[in-house]
Amino acid sequence: MTTHAKNDSNIWAERVLAGDRRALARVISLLENQEPEGFHTLKTLYPKTGQAHIIGLTGPPGGGKSSLVDRMIQEIRSRGHEVAVVAVDPTSPFTGGAILGDRIRMQRWASDTGVYIRSMGTRGSLGGLARAVYATVQLLDAASFPYILVETVGVGQSEVDIVQVADTVVVVSVPGLGDDVQVSKAGIMEIGDVFAVNKADLPGSQRVVVELQSMLDLGSHDVWQPPVVTTVATTGKGVSELITAIQEHLVVLQEANLLTKQRLAREKEALLQRLTERIRCDITKQWSNKQGNQAWENLAAKKTDPYTLEEQLYLSWKGVTTVDNQD
Amino acid sequence: MTTDLKQVGGAKKAWEEGPVAKAVARFPERKEEFLTLSGTPVDRLYTPLDTADFDYEQDLGFPGQYPFTRGIQPTMYRGRLWTMRQYAGFGTAEESNERYKYLLDQGQTGLSIAFDLPTQIGYDSSHPLAHGEVGKVGVAIDSLADMEVLFSGIPLDKVSTSMTINAPAAILLAMYIVLAEKQGVPSDKLAGTIQNDILKEYVARGTYIFPPKPSMRLITDIFEYCSDKVPKWNTISISGYHIREAGCTAVQEVAFTLADGIAYVEAAVEAGLDVDDFAPRLSFFFNAQMDLLEEVAKFRAARRLWARIMKNRFGAKNPRSLKLRFHTQTAGCALTAQQPDNNIIRVTLQALAAALGGTQSLHTNSRDEALSLPTQDSVTIALRTQQIIAHESGVASTIDPLAGSYVIEAMTNRIEDEAMDYIKTIDEFGGAVSAIEQGFIQREIQESAYAYQQAVESGERIVVGVNKFQVADEQAPELLKVKPEVEARQKAKLENLRQQRDNAKVQSTLQQLSKTAQGDDNLMPGIIEAVRTYATLGEICDALRQVFGEYEPSVIF
Amino acid sequence: MERPIRVLIAKPGLDGHDRGAKVLARAMRDAGMEVIYTGLRQTPEQIVEAAVQEDVDTIGLSCLSGAHNHLFPEVTRLLKEKDATDILVVGGGIIPEEDIPKLKEAGISEIFTPGTTTATAIEYIKENVKR
Repeated sequence: MTTHAKNDSNIWAERVLAGDRRALARVISLLENQEPEGFHTLKTLYPKTGQAHIIGLTGPPGGGKSSLVDRMIQEIRSRGHEVAVVAVDPTSPFTGGAILGDRIRMQRWASDTGVYIRSMGTRGSLGGLARAVYATVQLLDAASFPYILVETVGVGQSEVDIVQVADTVVVVSVPGLGDDVQVSKAGIMEIGDVFAVNKADLPGSQRVVVELQSMLDLGSHDVWQPPVVTTVATTGKGVSELITAIQEHLVVLQEANLLTKQRLAREKEALLQRLTERIRCDITKQWSNKQGNQAWENLAAKKTDPYTLEEQLYLSWKGVTTVDNQD
Repeated sequence: MTTDLKQVGGAKKAWEEGPVAKAVARFPERKEEFLTLSGTPVDRLYTPLDTADFDYEQDLGFPGQYPFTRGIQPTMYRGRLWTMRQYAGFGTAEESNERYKYLLDQGQTGLSIAFDLPTQIGYDSSHPLAHGEVGKVGVAIDSLADMEVLFSGIPLDKVSTSMTINAPAAILLAMYIVLAEKQGVPSDKLAGTIQNDILKEYVARGTYIFPPKPSMRLITDIFEYCSDKVPKWNTISISGYHIREAGCTAVQEVAFTLADGIAYVEAAVEAGLDVDDFAPRLSFFFNAQMDLLEEVAKFRAARRLWARIMKNRFGAKNPRSLKLRFHTQTAGCALTAQQPDNNIIRVTLQALAAALGGTQSLHTNSRDEALSLPTQDSVTIALRTQQIIAHESGVASTIDPLAGSYVIEAMTNRIEDEAMDYIKTIDEFGGAVSAIEQGFIQREIQESAYAYQQAVESGERIVVGVNKFQVADEQAPELLKVKPEVEARQKAKLENLRQQRDNAKVQSTLQQLSKTAQGDDNLMPGIIEAVRTYATLGEICDALRQVFGEYEPSVIF
Repeated sequence: MERPIRVLIAKPGLDGHDRGAKVLARAMRDAGMEVIYTGLRQTPEQIVEAAVQEDVDTIGLSCLSGAHNHLFPEVTRLLKEKDATDILVVGGGIIPEEDIPKLKEAGISEIFTPGTTTATAIEYIKENVKR
């Protein structure tokens, strides 16, 4: 990139470090839009990262996650800390638009300068949530928010994506949403570091707790036994215990020398993902021409097979050979 | 004379295949499919075939008799016309009092009080959130002192008063009771209505304060208190009006309103009341939209369905418990800002539907309400519209005049059936309260609203003056202005009150009230005591907020 | 990649009529925009703070209670204070013709009155966003 962009990035970085919320918000947009300027700013700010406790929340829609986040903000604020929230909602795959409504639950914090809330659409890029959120969280970390809450849509791939972002993953369940299904959903038990049973004032919540606990007993947990915490987001009951459990998780990771390791592993994974995406982009671009169309036509006509084609594409990308798909 | 349905069926087929097919071949019909305003297909022709399973005695009966399809009174408008009740109120109590007296002089037969938003949401005029809203959509009431001015010169034993107030309904009712006491009118002589319908606030109108549970308690406390002390008072007006305004269909209006009604009845029964003790005082409030036939059918279907629900589901014995009495207002959302005089015609058709549908009272909107609050001239035309329908059109001379029309009966049946299906779905959610908490009702309304908007924008649905027959350069009509000094004046009055009243007494009644709120006793007596000491609406609501908490809306897209 | 326009839809004041705001929010989503919906009873301070944090291109205000003359200019005043006048502000609701010039003078770019199509509002925003 040009030096001009780099200079701009330095200015952005300075403003972000100085606590300028407008600059912070703008750089997040740059990152979301995958503008080089955003990543240049992150390059400058990278040394400042690594201080925040990044907490992911996931669970089924209707679980009251946003209300729970609202109460978590309250609890963190009452303990005297600043907090940033990234709330992710699905982007419509048909129109590319999104309605981001999680903020409604947290609007009472709009005028609190110790709270920063940002809504994001999944925008359906490869890696889904991971790329933009990962970068945004790093930026918020550099901007010295000690706590960063990432709330994700509780459907599909993003539940698993959250592991690539957060130090501590909170899985939120509620009674009455077809309990068995949500609890035993593939992968969800493995990713949770803390389990919150929200709406615990509703009948059936104790059953969810017991079910979770017995599922957890089946797994092997050497260092950390994920606790099950009951919360009532509408009243704030149990939220203090939830925050305490989340903090304990971080302490245990630190004491077991796992935190740095896990963070590095995430960083590596994110890097590999970005690389994959770039390569995919390159290949797609390279092949969106006449030759490429011909290849797909051949595939459709069964004149070639996808495995041969793969080999050709790969080698062509590596520059080993020119494309020749005429046999 | 009996009709041979088989023969009619054959003849209809022949007609369709012969003359109709020929006509359509030469001149295609204007549209592929004709739809009601709610988007339901309408057939070319209705015949006895469409009412084949129809049983007169069971499905229609006679006016004043179960299932009340034809009306709730034996003589309907031949005995007494509907109550002409124009919703009004703006600025301070003084200005509104003047408008009420004017309306009564013009032959209006009941009062209908519009409160400003701070009052409806339980904030005093001095509250920061009230800034800019004081006296805007209705009159500002901070305390009993304002009520005294609002009704000055109006004897409360001579008028019936409807108050559009929901979350703080108990407080406004308490003020009315104490005011009557001061006029020397005992509470058992008071007639009127409080809207008191919190569930539709959650889904459509937005003036909620407390969460569902304590809100339902306030409502059942009012039921209980009034059945004993204010027996002529309509303790609730279960409202589909605002749900329809939010964009739902006719079927949804009936279904969601009656589902709310079921929730209130269940709450009261659960609180230990006997259904026949409070059900006769339940009243309803519907919208009159543009589709005349569908609307008439809607009113009739709602009446029949409610009677059946009360009888079969709740085992009500008192015939008065089975009667769906309702107020109607013409559809505000049907008014256009373009060519506002056209709204007079719209309101006429809507009001006609309400009269043909057997309403007990009616508010007709004014032509300028898509632009601002109505001027006195516009309000007068709106009132005259009702009077012309009542006295000149002839529709008030015979009861349920459209009954027996094939289309009306077919539509009535359809609306009842489809509304019942919705009610079953809502039951599966665990009733209206949980269906609202889970966003089901809101989502259904939004879907309908969005579909309607798309139909208008595509030109599929024509709105005269909006997407067809527009004129360039419209002249802006003269509008009513609420004076900006209203807010300052109201705040000064409130400040003055706070200095003159016995503040120690106010505090002790408020403390007592919050104690009652923590327990299970009826809240009405405590609220009445607080009102009597000139505790403000905001202070009383704050005392309750501290115990009950506040509602957090679930917004669903 | 074309970035989506970000819009904040808010209901300032106490008015609870959100049919128009919600229908417009949906239409905007269907037009490919990212819509941050903040719900009812918002103060101008909350709206402006949210708009800054969310880095939106546009704020859409809806008010049917007649309090627009007080609430809308307060939003633009606060935006100026935050040095965020590059955010386009539009308004809608029951707003008399005669109030519109003053609102525009206060920095509200356009006022949409009843009968405006969602397509018109969306087109306006697309053409007038400032960045």
